[in-house]
Amino acid sequence: MVNLDPVLLARIQFAFTISFHIIFPAFTIGLASWLAVVEWRLLKTGNPIYEEIYRMWVKIFAVTFGMGVVSGVVMSYQFGTNWSVFSDKVGNVIGPLLGFEVLTAFFLEASFLGIMLFGWNRVSPRMHFAATIIVAFGTLLSAFWILSANSWMQTPQGFFEGDDGRLYPTNWIQIIFNPSFPYRLTHMVVASYLTTAFVVGGIGAYYLWRKRYVKHARIMFGMAMLMAVFIAPLQPLIGDLHGLNTLKHQPAKVAAMEGLWETQTGAALKLFGWPDQEEERTKFAIEIPKLSSLILTHDLDGEVKGLKEWPKEERPPVAWVFWSFRVMVGIGVLMVLTGIFAAVLFWRKKLFDTRWFQYWCMALTPSGFVAVLAGWFVTEIGRQPYVAYGIIRTADAVSPVVGPQVAVSLLAFIVVYTLVFGAGSYYILRLIQKGPGTPEKDYGAHGMDSPPLLTDLASDQGGRSV
Amino acid sequence: MFSFSAYIDLPLIWFGLISTAIFLYVVLDGFDLGVGILFPFAPTDRCRDRMMNSIAPFWDGNETWLVLGGGGLFAAFPLAYAVIMPALYFPVIIMLLGLVFRGVAFEFRFKASGKSRILWDYAFHFGSLAAAFMQGMFLGAFVQGISVDGRNFSGGPFDWLSAFSTMTGLALVCGYILMGATWLIMKTDGETQQWARKCAAYITVFVALFMGLVSLSMPFLNQDVKALWFSLPNFFYLLPMPVLSIVLVILLWHDLHSKREYRPFLLSIGLFVLNYIGLGISLWPWIVPYEITIWQAAAAPESQSLMLVGTVIMLPLVLGYTGYCYYVFKGKTSDEAAY
Repeated sequence: MVNLDPVLLARIQFAFTISFHIIFPAFTIGLASWLAVVEWRLLKTGNPIYEEIYRMWVKIFAVTFGMGVVSGVVMSYQFGTNWSVFSDKVGNVIGPLLGFEVLTAFFLEASFLGIMLFGWNRVSPRMHFAATIIVAFGTLLSAFWILSANSWMQTPQGFFEGDDGRLYPTNWIQIIFNPSFPYRLTHMVVASYLTTAFVVGGIGAYYLWRKRYVKHARIMFGMAMLMAVFIAPLQPLIGDLHGLNTLKHQPAKVAAMEGLWETQTGAALKLFGWPDQEEERTKFAIEIPKLSSLILTHDLDGEVKGLKEWPKEERPPVAWVFWSFRVMVGIGVLMVLTGIFAAVLFWRKKLFDTRWFQYWCMALTPSGFVAVLAGWFVTEIGRQPYVAYGIIRTADAVSPVVGPQVAVSLLAFIVVYTLVFGAGSYYILRLIQKGPGTPEKDYGAHGMDSPPLLTDLASDQGGRSV
Repeated sequence: MFSFSAYIDLPLIWFGLISTAIFLYVVLDGFDLGVGILFPFAPTDRCRDRMMNSIAPFWDGNETWLVLGGGGLFAAFPLAYAVIMPALYFPVIIMLLGLVFRGVAFEFRFKASGKSRILWDYAFHFGSLAAAFMQGMFLGAFVQGISVDGRNFSGGPFDWLSAFSTMTGLALVCGYILMGATWLIMKTDGETQQWARKCAAYITVFVALFMGLVSLSMPFLNQDVKALWFSLPNFFYLLPMPVLSIVLVILLWHDLHSKREYRPFLLSIGLFVLNYIGLGISLWPWIVPYEITIWQAAAAPESQSLMLVGTVIMLPLVLGYTGYCYYVFKGKTSDEAAY
């Protein structure tokens, strides 16, 4: 316990808690919007199948949202407990963005979630639908603010640094709509939608494969495949634009993504390889000539800056960025392929009963989560050694707390999160196993093991309807 | 860029707003933490279902006030946030982990079966208890003062731990239990209500005791506080506060032994209001006690101005729809809810 480095530990703790946290919003952003669509279909068609789908998935939504809330509260305090120097320095600029997130989005989501979950018999179907839409809108609003704050840390502008070393805002529009924000927001929202689509599609495929709840499964699977056909191909395009934006503002990050050390014209694209930070080269690279230049500069002989342009202490950890980027892109390719397969199978009228494709979709169920995490690793690790790019280094941002203190809290977070979120995943799997439309053995998620005696209940609550 | 600093005292307004947000948190999450602490002592499983259902639609919104407290402090008084959080490192982390356990228990409990359900019942209880106790300790540590050097916390990892902060921790646990029990009197009937009445009456004794102890020990911790309360003519101006507290306790005691269902909850909120104001008067104008004032910790006027515009528009809306949600779930809670 002598040489525990508080900076490294605080970084691991932040990475651990934020990685756990982002899994839940990535899923609930998409799920809320999808539930709104399902409820819209229910109101439009009156088909009870939609209601059964809604009721099954809203429970999964509730479990996920609950885990998102509790892991999110942790985040709002961790800036202070572990990164107080950062908080003091940039608070004037970032603080209001986070404040607006709470005021405009968190309250909206949290309040109307209650109606969404428990309001069935207490409000009209239209009001219930409105609550679902409001929750979905709230998730998007919170994505707006938090991604604005994060993007500002990547591409800061609209401020000046005072004599006291703190930042002072000069233009809120420039701060909120900083250069990387539109790209990051679009990229992340589409990623959330795709993550949800592949989860829903994977579960639908599982039911089709088991030949259970086939009516429900066809709707889930069909809707998910629509997303795979039409939305999945958009993501590489958005990603490409985002990459060009990064090249303009954070070229070192792009060099790390490419594993490129020397500045080159007509740079090759490294498909795979092993970036070695010490030797300053990427070993065992398998390359496609000129492709990197083509992608990044849209010119076969364009110049791409290599990592050696920056002094060693200004470079991000290359291997992490390089590999995370490949994981993300690889999954993106699989998603686009899924869309193509689905379109072909649909055209051949075999979309719902092709066994191998059901396996394929089941295998891709968690793929969105992996891609989202990998993508965030690229952008967050690629920003190093800075916490706010070019303004404050991560090593200088940490709180005046000692190493063992952070070690203890990190250990506690690991134990508790593994236990609690492990249990959450288990309960979600059980909800999936149980399927839609089955009579509730536990009588609504907030009930009891068996239905109470009606007479008993009626007397107990003064005759209120059950 | 706009700033209202030429027209109004922004830090003062923000101090008022943040104090209000924290107070709303204390009241709103206070009663549902209290219900959590009482949870395993309920006479039957049936009561427990009912207790949980009475707060299930609200806990999310209630906890959001805590996020607003943290986020608002960060936005409006970044220096205070940057000093207080590291100073209270362990209590904050323990509170957060407690909130994790109790938050997920709402969902997990009804999805678990057999023995594992009991596990989440206790997760709910201990999570609530830990969060409440730690919040009480924040208060104690805060009142005792925080060491500051320049713009940083300069004390040790266990500065917050003392006999006084342990006492404020216990005091807040009792206060939350009182609010939880009186909430249950309001929202339930039959067996659950009867039991809640007994609990409330029992805990009122402890609440009164702790209120007296904390109030009397505060002046001994700090000369300024002593001078404020025990000098003339201040003493007479401030006298209504303790007198009113005593009146409320007596009324509460009376109500708990009659048929009243709503007033005990309102009275216990009243007690919290009085204590909170008393605390505010004692600590004014410090935001990090005895080191940093609200003006020293304030964010740039431009930042506070922007937030103020947002708050003036959003806060009434938030309060409006929060009220609507409570209205939708008005009346007595049943022990099963459609979902």
